[in-house]
Amino acid sequence: MLKDSMIKAAATSGKSAKDDVLRADVRKSAASPRRISLRDRLASYGLHHRQVAGESLMRMLRNPLGSLATWLVIGIALALPGSLYVALDNLAQLSTAWDGAPQMSLFLRQGTEEAAGKALSERLGRRADVARAQYVSREQALAEFRQLSGFGEVLDHLDDNPLPAVILVRPKAGEQDAAAVQRLFEEVKALPEVDKAVLDLQWVERLYAMLDIGRRIALGLALMLGLGVLLVIGNTIRLAIESRRDEILVVKLVGGTDAFVRRPFLYTGIWFGLGGGAVACLILSLGLSWLGNPVAHLADLYASQFSLHGLDIRHIALLLLCAVGLGWLGAWLSVGRHLGAIQPR
Amino acid sequence: MIEFKGVSKRYPGGVEALKDVSFQIPRGEMLFLTGRSGAGKSTLLRLIMMMERPSSGQIQVNGHHLNRLPARRIPLLRREIGVVFQNHQLLLDRTVFDNVALPLMILGYQPREIGRRVRAALDKVGLLNKEKAKPVTLSGGEQQRVGIARAVVHKPPVLLADEPTGNLDPELSGEVMRLFEQFNQVGVTVLIASHDLGLIARMPHRLLTLRDGGLLRGVGPVGEEPEHA
Repeated sequence: MLKDSMIKAAATSGKSAKDDVLRADVRKSAASPRRISLRDRLASYGLHHRQVAGESLMRMLRNPLGSLATWLVIGIALALPGSLYVALDNLAQLSTAWDGAPQMSLFLRQGTEEAAGKALSERLGRRADVARAQYVSREQALAEFRQLSGFGEVLDHLDDNPLPAVILVRPKAGEQDAAAVQRLFEEVKALPEVDKAVLDLQWVERLYAMLDIGRRIALGLALMLGLGVLLVIGNTIRLAIESRRDEILVVKLVGGTDAFVRRPFLYTGIWFGLGGGAVACLILSLGLSWLGNPVAHLADLYASQFSLHGLDIRHIALLLLCAVGLGWLGAWLSVGRHLGAIQPR
Repeated sequence: MIEFKGVSKRYPGGVEALKDVSFQIPRGEMLFLTGRSGAGKSTLLRLIMMMERPSSGQIQVNGHHLNRLPARRIPLLRREIGVVFQNHQLLLDRTVFDNVALPLMILGYQPREIGRRVRAALDKVGLLNKEKAKPVTLSGGEQQRVGIARAVVHKPPVLLADEPTGNLDPELSGEVMRLFEQFNQVGVTVLIASHDLGLIARMPHRLLTLRDGGLLRGVGPVGEEPEHA
């Protein structure tokens, strides 16, 4: 057979390197990756990931205006729920500065002797349902008022100290046991030495209720805007797929798997998410520093130590992670929907 | 290597592109697939590539039963087949080197190995000095040769070509055909779809001739078996 002899001749004579490189491996599955060692394949898999990641980033940076627009859209969408979250976080700080437990202020009748007041305070402090009772004398109250209220000069014009002595009572029961606290409150209110009693509970409850509503709004907003981000990224990726249609066809024709074809688009989604997350962080930090001074001034007016909590590293990491996750997911959904439709014809 | 048994392909709308086609191509053979435009040549190649599935009949390629091959394994089949297209299907925004390297990247070769093999393939088609060029700067014949380099760079056991000389002048066509013969001589099974009968007549290879979707036996300008060559 001439054919056979030709093959043999080629096998014996054509020993040059390039012939060897091109010689078909006549074994079955000649070109299957099984012939490449697992370690090499893993190494080149990692390398391919790095290459694709770099390539898709470069592709994005080559079109800076378009990419910036997408980043801004994503960043603004993420900054909205993010800023609401930061605001709530700061409001919650108002109530936790107060460690959550309610406090009662018992204003003693004018004319109650200091010794009697102190004795009452000690008696209350020994009760099983009281964590702490603190007696504040009229002089102490005056000093505190002078220091904190800003009306110190007014006091100088008064002959007499108008302030009553106060016993501050902190119940043992926490906020969860509102009934027990209420019972204690009714009891101490009825004491003969007590002129007036105030339970500083309601505003905390109201604040918590408002925070709860605010959190739900933030969550709802985050979900809606997250969906918006998914759609934005999905649509951007759809355009990217459309513009690289020829390339996808060729890759599929020469045996690229779906994962191989998908990879650059997933990285594109991740980069969009990361850029958007960075923009959101920037918007939030700018907003916080913009509000920082007025808030500090307001807190000063209220004689409060309150200051705005900025973004700490955990918040930034969480925001970036969410953004990257959304980018990846949006790309994945878009690729799953549009890539299957591109088949070699 | 490639076997068709009673293969038919009907398209929606009742067009029958292939009718009960059966043939066998042994490992290491080179042959031509001829017939007029619309006779079913492209359909036949597309069935081998699994770009389509047959309406009926069995196809076997390099040991794979295509009827039983699930969609997710189609890429693995295509890696064993090098394809040369009439319109060469190169990526115009990549260099010649990157185009030829694509099958190797898909297979997961190391960069050094990719460089070695790509240069060997480009050397083989005489374009080693063009590796950094973009395909648009090349002539039609050069583009076609880049396509051939990409088809063979990963040493596939099967090489398909769909009208590889369709856009080339006779001299370049002869060159391209000689390249295919060289690959065949090192053991590659080669199937070339072409209607360039004048060119085919000068080459000593078996013919598969399609007419209206059916296979004609022993018909064509060169009816002989390769033994006579």
